[in-house]
Amino acid sequence: MQSPQVNKEPSTKALEDQLLEVNGLKTNFYIGKGKVVQAVDDVSFSIRKGETVALVGESGSGKSITSLSIIRLIPSPPGKIVEGSIRLEGKELLTLSEDEMCKVRGNDIGMIFQEPMTSLDPVFTIGNQIAESLMKHKKLKKSAAYKEAIELLKIVGFARAEEVIKEYPHQLSGGMRQRVMIAIAMSCNPKLLIADEPTTALDVTVQAQILNLMVEMKDKFQSSILLITHDMGVVAEVADRVLVMYGGQIVEEAPVRDLFIDTMHPYTTALLKSIPNIDVDLKRLDSILGTAPPAHDFPRGCRFAARCKHVMEKCLEENPTLVEIKPNHKVRCHLYEHQGGLYSE
Amino acid sequence: MAYIIRRIILLIVTMALVSLITFAVFQVMPGDPIRIMLGPDADEVQIETLTKKLGLDQPLHIQYFDWVGGLLTGDLGQSIRFSKPVSELVIDRLPVTISLTIMTLTLVVLVAIPLGIFVAKRKNKLSDVVFSSVTQLGMAIPSFWLGMLLILYLGMNFSFFSVSGYVPWSTSIVGALGALLLPAMTIAIPQIAVKFRYVRNAILEQLQLDYVRTVRSKGITEKFVMYKHVLRNSMIPILTIFGLITAEVVAGTIIVEQVFALPGIGQLLITSISYRDFPLVQGIVIYITFVVVFINFLVDILYSILDPRIRLS
Ligand SMILES: Nc1ncnc2c1ncn2[C@@H]1O[C@H](COP(=O)(O)OP(=O)(O)OP(=O)(O)O)[C@@H](O)[C@H]1O
Ligand SMILES: [Mg+2]
Repeated sequence: MQSPQVNKEPSTKALEDQLLEVNGLKTNFYIGKGKVVQAVDDVSFSIRKGETVALVGESGSGKSITSLSIIRLIPSPPGKIVEGSIRLEGKELLTLSEDEMCKVRGNDIGMIFQEPMTSLDPVFTIGNQIAESLMKHKKLKKSAAYKEAIELLKIVGFARAEEVIKEYPHQLSGGMRQRVMIAIAMSCNPKLLIADEPTTALDVTVQAQILNLMVEMKDKFQSSILLITHDMGVVAEVADRVLVMYGGQIVEEAPVRDLFIDTMHPYTTALLKSIPNIDVDLKRLDSILGTAPPAHDFPRGCRFAARCKHVMEKCLEENPTLVEIKPNHKVRCHLYEHQGGLYSE
Repeated sequence: MAYIIRRIILLIVTMALVSLITFAVFQVMPGDPIRIMLGPDADEVQIETLTKKLGLDQPLHIQYFDWVGGLLTGDLGQSIRFSKPVSELVIDRLPVTISLTIMTLTLVVLVAIPLGIFVAKRKNKLSDVVFSSVTQLGMAIPSFWLGMLLILYLGMNFSFFSVSGYVPWSTSIVGALGALLLPAMTIAIPQIAVKFRYVRNAILEQLQLDYVRTVRSKGITEKFVMYKHVLRNSMIPILTIFGLITAEVVAGTIIVEQVFALPGIGQLLITSISYRDFPLVQGIVIYITFVVVFINFLVDILYSILDPRIRLS
């Protein structure tokens, strides 16, 4: 997004190098007794080709649901995408049939999950689980798919790949399983890799290896990454741009340097301040700020108001909109509204 | 392989324990078997002779090892009522009971698993209520009554079914099927009514697991998610349930053989009990327990085939 203009009517030039455009996404969970959890509420962002975008925010802010909405794997019922548009290279995903969507998953979009211990099917071999994607999307025969699986395992760092394809998930360590997950996710050379806290469950030493591997794979296959993480250290290291989520909404969006240097949203400030050495887990934020409002019962005004140091009358009345304050730096906060007329949504 | 060897050792130990317990139970049963066998008019000489003949004058541990030795060589002693070797009587009746058991298990597997899948795919409030009522009903119906209903509505109206007696497979396959199908249904229907829900629950539980999300994220269609991954994983808990069924089915044959006048082990057991034919009762009891223990062994072997975590541990 070189031009300061915002999404509504993207220019053709901007459109060309946009890979993913999410607009006004709204995903609810209907949990009974008329209660509606607004897990994702009016989320808009885009990812350019080759870009790494980090999605941060504390637990329950809607990061996973945002990513699952993109590949349309919201547990349904009770979840449902109720509004919005998700375009991959201009193609709308939300209106695709289930069969067409299956051709996007694994092929155009690869996904890595947080729990390497449980994310693989325990009764099939590693080879079978990698080959499955290749046979589905690349239409490879079984033997060719297994050969390719061996190659992929070598690329993700298995020296004894020929043996590993015959092994079962329980025979591998957490870090190795996450390598397998990366091999599966990258097997069909996806345009977008979504990684939902891919290193959270791993040992610190292994975390760095897995992260490096992801970046390596991204460069090798020229993919983009949407990286969900709690770890601001990781953000600083690998992200080009950062989306900060709070209460199902994006509250700040900025290039990574800008976010650290010119932090705007009080929530982001609190986030960064609460992390003296930036490796600390965002999950501890609760103890610093008190708890976030429940997602089935958001206040009328700003969702952060109850925890905000700068809360004003207006904050309790009206939820601010996401406004581009300076090029590529957007914030959802009444404090900045007077500055933002030019780029207002 | 190590797993199978370990399991075989366990099987042998279990069988030894079973034989010990069976032996002990017959020791502590009230009444003197010799006096019961010979009736109230027996004199002391007769009693002494029979006691000697059956080896009951020996110390208990000798009696036990004699008996186990007999078991190992297939000699279960002599039936008092039929004056024939117990093993011969059991082997005569075996084909009926085994056919009935296998047919029942086949019916249960062929109906309960597809029905469980069907219901799991259509999980909602209404179907939950409907199907849990079906389960309640299935549990409440006594099997002899269900058997009579089946005789009344199917047996009387279709000449294919015979409602009493047995036709050996070697005589007529259709005849054997006709003779066994109604009794098999009688045992199977309550089993199906209860067990399909276990299948449904096992599948729904699997669908919640993380690996299913991974499979879906690879773009695998829902059909493959269900029939390749979920079903294969569900077979592990389902197998546990079907291991338990087998014992229930074997027990079920005892009553149902009465209702349908089938000359099987169950009928033999009831006759032997009413005649206080102790060697025969003991032989049948040990036979039934061995069958159940052996089936559990087979189930465990199947586990290791289905679940690499067991096979490779
Ligand atoms: N299956 C579900 N049923 C009901 N509510 C759900 C369900 N899944 C998620 N939610 C709700 O949606 C909101 C967002 O959840 P989400 O998993 O996206 O959070 P997250 O930001 O990924 O948190 P974490 O860092 O803990 O992974 C939460 O309030 C959560 O309670
Ligand atoms: Mg999450």
